[in-house]
Amino acid sequence: MQLWLIPLLPFAGFLVNGLAGRRFPKGAVNAVAIGSVLLSFAWVLKTLFTINLDAINQEHYFTWIQSGALTVGCDMAVDRLTAVMLLVVTGIGSLIHIYSIGYMAHEGGYYRFFSFLNLFMFFMLVLVLASNYLVMFVGWEGVGLCSYLLIGFYFDKKFATNAGNKAFIVNRIGDFGFSLAMFYMVRNFGSLDFGTVFKAAPGASEAVLTTIGLLLMLGACGKSAQLPLYVWLPDAMAGPTPVSALIHAATMVTAGVYMTARSWVIYTHAPLALNTIAIIGVATAFFAATIGLAQTDIKKVFAYSTVSQLGYMFLGVGSGAFSAGIFHLMTHAFFKALLFLGSGSVIHALAGEQDMRNMGGLRHKIPWTFWTMMCAAVAISGVPPTSGFFSKDSILVAANHHAPWMYWLGVVTAGMTAFYVFRAMFLTFFGEYRGHAHPHESPPLMTIPLAMLALLSLGGGYIAVPAFLGRFFPTVEAPEDFTLVAISVAFGLGGIALAYLMYIARPGMADSLAGGLKGLYSLVYNKYFVDEIYDAAVVKPVVGGSRVVLWKGMDVGFIDGMVNGVGALARRTGAVLRLLQSGNIRSYATWVLFGSVVVIVALELGGGAR
Amino acid sequence: MPTSYTEMYFPVLVQAILAMALAAGLLTVSRLLGKRVRNRVKDLPYESGIVPTGDARQRFSVKFYLVAMLFIVFDIEAIFLYPWAVVYRDLRMVGFVEMLVFVILILSGFFYIWKKGALDWAAGAVDRKENRAP
Amino acid sequence: MPISFPTTLDLGRFLPEILLTVFGTLFMVLDAVLQKRSKNLFGHLTLLALAAALGASLYAGSEPGPAFGGMLVVDGFATFFRVLVLGVGMLIVLSSYRFLARENAETGEYHALLLFSLAGQCLMASANDLIMVFIGLEISSIASYVLAGYLRDDKRANEAALKYFLLGSFATAFFLYGVAILYGSTGTVKLDQIHAVLTGPNAPFPVFVTLAAALMLVGLGFKVSAAPFQVWAPDVYQGAPTPVAAFLSAAPKAAAFAVFLRIFTTALEPIGTAWEPLAWGSALASMTIGNFAALLQSNIKRMLAYSSIAHAGYVLVALTARSDTGTSAAMFYLAAYALMNLGAFAVVTHLSGKGERYLTLDDFAGLAQKQPFTAAMLTIFLLSLIGVPLTGGFFGKFYIFKAALDSHLVWLAVLGLLNSAVAAYYYLRVLVMMYMHDPSQAVQEAEPLSHGLQLALVLPALGTLFLGIFPNWVLEFAGHSAALMK
Repeated sequence: MQLWLIPLLPFAGFLVNGLAGRRFPKGAVNAVAIGSVLLSFAWVLKTLFTINLDAINQEHYFTWIQSGALTVGCDMAVDRLTAVMLLVVTGIGSLIHIYSIGYMAHEGGYYRFFSFLNLFMFFMLVLVLASNYLVMFVGWEGVGLCSYLLIGFYFDKKFATNAGNKAFIVNRIGDFGFSLAMFYMVRNFGSLDFGTVFKAAPGASEAVLTTIGLLLMLGACGKSAQLPLYVWLPDAMAGPTPVSALIHAATMVTAGVYMTARSWVIYTHAPLALNTIAIIGVATAFFAATIGLAQTDIKKVFAYSTVSQLGYMFLGVGSGAFSAGIFHLMTHAFFKALLFLGSGSVIHALAGEQDMRNMGGLRHKIPWTFWTMMCAAVAISGVPPTSGFFSKDSILVAANHHAPWMYWLGVVTAGMTAFYVFRAMFLTFFGEYRGHAHPHESPPLMTIPLAMLALLSLGGGYIAVPAFLGRFFPTVEAPEDFTLVAISVAFGLGGIALAYLMYIARPGMADSLAGGLKGLYSLVYNKYFVDEIYDAAVVKPVVGGSRVVLWKGMDVGFIDGMVNGVGALARRTGAVLRLLQSGNIRSYATWVLFGSVVVIVALELGGGAR
Repeated sequence: MPTSYTEMYFPVLVQAILAMALAAGLLTVSRLLGKRVRNRVKDLPYESGIVPTGDARQRFSVKFYLVAMLFIVFDIEAIFLYPWAVVYRDLRMVGFVEMLVFVILILSGFFYIWKKGALDWAAGAVDRKENRAP
Repeated sequence: MPISFPTTLDLGRFLPEILLTVFGTLFMVLDAVLQKRSKNLFGHLTLLALAAALGASLYAGSEPGPAFGGMLVVDGFATFFRVLVLGVGMLIVLSSYRFLARENAETGEYHALLLFSLAGQCLMASANDLIMVFIGLEISSIASYVLAGYLRDDKRANEAALKYFLLGSFATAFFLYGVAILYGSTGTVKLDQIHAVLTGPNAPFPVFVTLAAALMLVGLGFKVSAAPFQVWAPDVYQGAPTPVAAFLSAAPKAAAFAVFLRIFTTALEPIGTAWEPLAWGSALASMTIGNFAALLQSNIKRMLAYSSIAHAGYVLVALTARSDTGTSAAMFYLAAYALMNLGAFAVVTHLSGKGERYLTLDDFAGLAQKQPFTAAMLTIFLLSLIGVPLTGGFFGKFYIFKAALDSHLVWLAVLGLLNSAVAAYYYLRVLVMMYMHDPSQAVQEAEPLSHGLQLALVLPALGTLFLGIFPNWVLEFAGHSAALMK
């Protein structure tokens, strides 16, 4: 099968561009970056067509770590779940790479951008192909690193580097959970291999599985931006827009969902952990959607929307409908990537403007962008028969089966989602243009990927992912209920209608509403002051504490004192030893002679003359 | 028959002790009994009866040492040819080939020192730069 | 026994040494004959010769077995060390281009001597006979003595060479004496036969066997610069030209350890309980003396020399363990040490400037500002020398101390770990210099990295990281060949 080729091709692209890209013309950088990803995509297709997905397709490359009883190999495997992820990652990745040629055309650090993007593809594919937790963790950390590098891509801007740091640090909290989960697995199962762990899991005690499940969930919450660790994702929009689309919408942030779905055997035997996931998911979905209602930065709207949609996926997985979660992961990758790329096209057209209050009336000026984004907006609102409709409804039906209140919260969220997405669409594309730039349509290199994603957003629901994964995951016996479907669609359409009413039919209504509910509006507009609360409750005490207690007290006072004491002792010893080194060859020879006498006498006394 | 190593080597030990005792004894005795006279003429270096002139510690040109060293190196290598020549017939073709390799190696060494001017007594004066090894 | 021609199998197994000798001799002749030539000619040719020898080693290693009636044995162990020393040779050649050009000393002799020395070391790696060991040791040493004094107009190099030669021959005499006594008491010089005699019913008088072991320990201890025979190392490394010092600290040391491991874990294993306490003491003394003396050094070459003594101590810990895991840990460590040490020396070569003017720690100040790449590479090497995870040095130490613990050498492991904590101090000092100070005169004057030096930095850095991330590939091979050696 040669699975290693899939991640290694982008890695080769990273090496070539990273090492020599500075001297390449742009065409060569493009060829290397896009060629490697396209080849990888082709190899994925070739692999999936030639193998039997229901067999065990594991490849062992080498033993990575061997220490006592624990053996960790560098292993990769393909099954149905991986197949879906591979197609999403390489397929959408290819489109976004192509789009980036146009988007980044006028940016500095061109080769650096593409080499990082390729490196990201490498780690993401490692994450997806891994067949044990440690290799997965390598990919997991690697994509985090690339995310950090790409968020801070404009490293001369303070807010970008801050956002990168924030993403990195918040993710550490999640990774801490992931690492602990791995330690726990090694202790209880003696292995990190998926096959071994999942075979042993049903026999383990529920307490163990719940602990592992909750720890893994902590990791997933960090990576997939769930409550309470979602704060990094909106800031991550400081990176270039293709990065937001690829990493912070379509692929990396879904890694948490993928990981929990991958560990379904553990979760099905740990109902408490599974239920926690569902609660966190639905809470995040609702909470982030409310924030999305009042944002004015176009990318921020979609960022909170991403957090909210990831909450849906968690809800699906947490309700036991793993295939629905993964299905939504895929359709979301289509329409959210499209929304981001479309907003990138808007920003590109307006020479960097991101505030929707300075947009408006763009639908005639950039029609391609408008129409393709409209497809995505319809899809995310769950209008039948677009892709979002199918995936969202399979989640909601499962949620209803799991706990009806989650269904209702989900439906309300769906309504809000439709509202804020269309609010953004109306503010951007309808009415009068309120800015001062000269909008121009993006080059075909950017619009063609948009068009392809638009097709996928509209028709992606007919890709039979649930049936495809039905043989992989346990199926949920949720009865098809037309009423439930109708209600959620109604909420979605209602949201669209409300947005139309407030932003097209009666343009003044939004402001008067915001004025009337001033307190609530300002609370939502300021994202519930979560960042400020975290700052006051966590960041300030930690920074202050480390300054006063750890640095001044512990480090300078205690550790330095101790180290300096030991150091002084060591230096004095060294000074004595230096005296031996006279530079005089006769004294050296004497030393050798002396040493030999010692050696001979010691040996003879020790073992010889018995 | 001696049975253990200790018994086997006991005579050696006795011999060694006796030799050392004898030497030490003789030296001690001569020191005790001997008569010592010290004067300038007696402290002069012995030069077979001829009156010494100047200091014995003179500096020689490094070329003498070089030649001496080269002589020793090639001398020792040439010595190998004698035992080989004695058993040449028994060694047959193998011996011939082996010695051929050996001689080629010596000759390439010889060629090297020759071309480098190590054998040229006045080389330094003629072409110092060419001769400048490392 | 009738004398017959060596078989092709014999010659094939001896091919690396043959190639090195032929090329070395050829270079001397060419150097004498060629008047006009490109300055880098011999460097390129040497790389070619080393690549050929490397290929020959791998070829020979693919079909292991004895050669020349058991005088040589080409097993995994031999192949490992042959490949190691030849790799070291290649890196030395790469980092020598710029150095030789700077000192205006591009001759064939330098490279010929390098090849001869490597031939000796390859022979040491594959010798299965004390006479062969001795011949290899001498071939390697004599060429190294000359290399140490290669810059013959340089006083320090002259002093270094003379010291190295006098003390080296002194120590070699000890070794030879040990060989003679061992031959006298066992009646054979073949390692496997010595083992058989020592374990057999007619075991010789132990006084002589242990005396022989002690004398060989002295000779080999000197070659690997283990305490108490380490006194020469700082002076010689400091005085010798930097690439040569790098070479001395890696290749002859690795080969001497190969001999050390082979003799003491095969032939002299039966008296292991006798020499184990001594190896214990020597290991501890080497680590302690090396690390503590390095703390105060202000000359970087001298510091690396003391650090090299300390690292010899770590390898001796593995030897003291007297187990297959110990042997494989030692092999792994020597490979990791060779890489990181060569890398560090290459940076010194790069920065020292014409006539090696800049060799103090202060000269590294601000390197990160002017040449961030060089500084980053040196950082990798220093972190590996400290033993930070994700580098080869970490796993090297890890496996050594694990082997020590497996053999119940708890105290040695604890003291060794304490030692490596001390060691972190002087390596970190260089890091602090590079990253937290303003550029020094040396850094201001430093030329950009030449291509050879770039390779000489990148290859060891990749190797160090590779060993740190995928230690199992090398370790598995080492463990396998260590088990087969017996």
